[in-house]
Formats: sequence, C-alpha cells, structure tokens
Amino acid sequence: MNLDLLTVDSARTAVLEKETTATALVDGFYKKIEAEDGAIGAYLTLSKDRAYRQAARIDALADKGDDLPPLAGVPVAIKDVFTTKDVRTTAGSKILADFVAPYDATVVSRLEDAGAIILGKTNCDEFAMGSSNENSAFHPVRNPHDRSRVPGGSSGGSAAAIAAGTAVASLGSDTGGSIRQPAAFCGVVGLMPTYGRVSRYGLIAFASSLDHPGPFGKSVKDAAMMLQAIAGRDPLDSTTADVPVPNYREQIGQPVTGMKVGVPLEYFEEGIDLEVSTAVQFGIQELRNAGAEIVPISLPHTPYAIPTYYVIATAEASSNLARYDGVRYGLRAGDGKTLSEMYRRTRDAGFGAEVKRRIMLGTYVLSAGYYDAYYLKAQRVRSLLARDFDEAFAKVDVIITPTTPTPAFRLGEKADDPLAMYLADIFTVTADLAGIPGISIPCGKSKDGLPIGMQILGKHFDEATVLRFAHVAEHALAGKL
Amino acid sequence: MVSEKDVSYVADLAHLELTEDERGRMLKDLNSILGYIDRLNQLDTSDVEPVAQVANRYGERKNKDEAGGFAFAMRSDEPRPSLPREEALRNAPVSDGTFFKVPKVIER
Repeated sequence: MNLDLLTVDSARTAVLEKETTATALVDGFYKKIEAEDGAIGAYLTLSKDRAYRQAARIDALADKGDDLPPLAGVPVAIKDVFTTKDVRTTAGSKILADFVAPYDATVVSRLEDAGAIILGKTNCDEFAMGSSNENSAFHPVRNPHDRSRVPGGSSGGSAAAIAAGTAVASLGSDTGGSIRQPAAFCGVVGLMPTYGRVSRYGLIAFASSLDHPGPFGKSVKDAAMMLQAIAGRDPLDSTTADVPVPNYREQIGQPVTGMKVGVPLEYFEEGIDLEVSTAVQFGIQELRNAGAEIVPISLPHTPYAIPTYYVIATAEASSNLARYDGVRYGLRAGDGKTLSEMYRRTRDAGFGAEVKRRIMLGTYVLSAGYYDAYYLKAQRVRSLLARDFDEAFAKVDVIITPTTPTPAFRLGEKADDPLAMYLADIFTVTADLAGIPGISIPCGKSKDGLPIGMQILGKHFDEATVLRFAHVAEHALAGKL
Repeated sequence: MVSEKDVSYVADLAHLELTEDERGRMLKDLNSILGYIDRLNQLDTSDVEPVAQVANRYGERKNKDEAGGFAFAMRSDEPRPSLPREEALRNAPVSDGTFFKVPKVIER
C-alpha cells in the first residue's frame, strides 16, 4: 500500500475492507516518520502508546464487522498547542518542555471519537507566534518542497507533515494566518473555520478572541471530513456557538453556477509577487469557467489590518501568558529569593525572543496612558474591518484573494526583521479579525517549483459554501498545475 | 517614542528581567513596530464602536436582551467534577503533595 496516496476516505475503506489493519497503518507511518522526518522536523513528540491503543480499538471494531466511524484508522498529527492527555504538550516553548497535559483538548477527543489515530504532536512557532516556524524553541521545520525554505507558520509542522506524507491529515490553529499561510507554502489544503465553530477548550491560548482551531488535508474533501468531526458547540468553550453543523461532505461536487465571487482589488496591488497574482487570477478564471460570476469588490480598510492585529493579538497574549509563572506547571528557573524574582527568572529563561517581544508590546499597549491610544483604537478599527466584510458579503457568496504575497521564503531571510515577518500575514489577518472562515488551496507553482495558495473567504458559519467553491476550483485546476 | 525607561517599566509590569542586549533590541523593535501601528491614527474612529470579541456579532440569540448576544454562553450554575488534586499537582515544579510551593512572598 502506498502511504503517500492515502486519503481520509481510502484509509478508512482499506481498514473496513480488510486490505490492511489500523495497526499496520500506524506501523507504516512510524517507519516513514523515523526514516524521513529527521530532514523535515515536523514532529516534536510521537504518541505511540496512544496511537497503538486506538489502532487496536479500530481493528477490533473491523474484526466484529461493525460499521466504522468516519475517520476510522486515519493517521493524523496534532499541532503541539492542543493538550493531549498523558502526552507531552509544549506549545513549541521551553517553558512547557516537560509539560504532560492532564486532559485532552475537545478537538483531540472528538477526532479520536471519530476513529482517527493520533500519531504525534507537530512542531510550531512558540505559542503559535510566528510565520515561519523558526520561533520553535526546539528546531525549525523545513519545507518539503525545498528544504532551504520555511514551511510557513505558525502551524508549520502540521502543514509540512501533510506535504511530506508523514500524516494523512492534521490539526492546526490560526490566529493571524497560521493555518492558511503554511498550507499555501507547503502546497496543501488548510481550513480556518468561523470563530465559534470549533471549540478552543484545550488549545493553549495565544489571543483568545482570534484563535481558531482547524484542519489540514491533502484535499478539500479531507479537510471537510476533518471539520465535520471537530465542529459544533462545546459546553467547555462558552464562545462556541449553538449553530447547527451542516453535512460538509455533501458540498463536495456541488456546482457554483450563478454564484458570486468577490475579488478585492486591494489584494492584487502593492507588494505582491507577479507569479502569485498570475496563479490566483488563473484560479479565479477557472471558477468563472465553472459558471461563477466574478464581481470586483473593495475591502478599503485592509492596509490597517496588520497594525490592528499586532495591537489586539499582543494585548491578549500578554494577558494569556501571565499564567506562566513557575508555580503550577512548566519551568521554574533557579531559586529566586522572592516570589517576584522567581517569576522574572522563570519567564526570562522560558520564553524566546519573539514571545518576549509580543508580551512587551502587549503590556505596553494596555498600560496606563496608552490603552485608549492603542488598544481601544485597534478595537474600533477592528469594527471597521468587520464592516468591510459585511458590506462585501451583502453582494457576493465568497471572496477570493492570494493566501500570501510571495511563495515560501528562505530560512533566516526575515528572522532579524520582525516587521517584515509580520507582513507575511497581510492577506490572512483580516479574516481572523472578522471571525469569518477561510481556506487556502494550492493553485499553482512558481518557476522555482514552490507552491502558491489561493484563499477563499466566506460568511460567518458558511464553511459549506467555502468548501463547495474550494472543491470546484481544486477539481478544475487538477492536472493543470 | 519608547524610551529605555519605558522598556524597564513595561518589563517590570510583565515580570520579565531582560538582559542588557535584550533591552537594547527591545527598544529598537518596539519603536519600529509602534511606528507602523501609528498609521491607525489616519482613521477617524470617533463614531465607531470598539469590539472586544466578534462572537457577539452573530450566533443564535435565544434572547437578545440576555447577555448581550452571548445567550448561548449561559449555563446553569451547578458543581461539576474537577481535576483531582494529585493530577493538578503532577506538573508542579515544586509541591509538598498538598500545595504548590513558592518562595517567600512577604519580606521581613
């Protein structure tokens, strides 16, 4: 069996029809990870006990001849910002290097309930803060398409594992683009659901009003099936909405005839690589050929999205990361004479440079005298950004943009310039701020062979339409890339 | 402009010590990022409401008056099982089996 060709459906079918067993699949993937992941660095921890236990459970169901749950036997990887009971959970940080979570994130238990097998935890930027995965406290991840380049971030390991074939599907989290940007750089599908669609319980918090858990897959259908398993109200996360979850898989293969695609001119103007804009225009053309109507729209506040994001996200982060104090869990550095000295030593030793920078910025914008000028101002501009989308979505069904301004950059290329790194998220942050869903699908390659991503954004809780368009585009582009 | 004094003050608020090198770098980075953030002042937002959370813009509003659109967040106030003490202490850097232990809080 060729593990590289395995999809969510074919993995389950192979186990159901006794072509293989879940245990054999797990064996195969661990062999592949041990042989190939050293050069990529996608994994931080392998959860072998847990994976073989789950595989045995699935094999027992298959032996009984029972029908299998929708993700039965599917080997998946989990970004290391989701807690996994009895498995090390680091958030890519030294401060949690030895943390063994006492409970499962809701998305983790839902995936296992649906039959998925968790192979391990994937590398990421520390506390999901970064766009290149170079901020991992452990080691960087390399892009499987070109190992001198970054896989994107912060969910770089989860995207690279799919591209390298060391997992069939995976989970990431998106706060400013951390699912869609690495999906674009690694040539895979990455879906950020609506805020409130998927539970954040057990997601180690970066910026609570912006953090969105979501899946990666090789295809739109795989991403849809992963979303199906994790979506819906969770009593343990009060921000999950009580909105019915439709059957996403039914969208696969549905036409887009007569539906409207908004194309914001602002996203094709300044600072965008010509190869990227050409590839995305080609993808849009394919949707027009499939019967969709293309409508020029404007999202006029887009130039203010990155500054808004870096005020709100860092403010929330400075508050969320106050919990790392060397008392209840995580690192405690040295033995300070006073409590305050212990806090400072612990946090100095445990956090990396980017995390400290964001805690400092967030603390500054919330501090007396600056709160109104920065934090409150950014919250008002966030309203304007959300309003841009409300106005656009009154006229169109989805909005299409490039996912990133350029293909994957080189390791080290932006490492010394935080502002240049932040601008890598320029096309993705707006959706996080507005809480709307978005997907990145492959839509071509640069002349250097680097993947290019096309972003499709939808209305609140309308992942179904996003998936429908994504599948039509994926199908039309197949064989042309 | 952020000054060296501001960096010290904010580091103190954030319970960070920072080395001399880190402080110098922080001064440069904060000024560059805040300089970029200043472009928000090009926008007149005097009649725009701030949003802390987008979830209150949508969702099933069972009762619009209740919880300002967060009606789905309401639940009955009933005790539920929580993490057993042993589990809760398992990740503690220092504990005596009953409590978390910390250095002295009050100076004599």
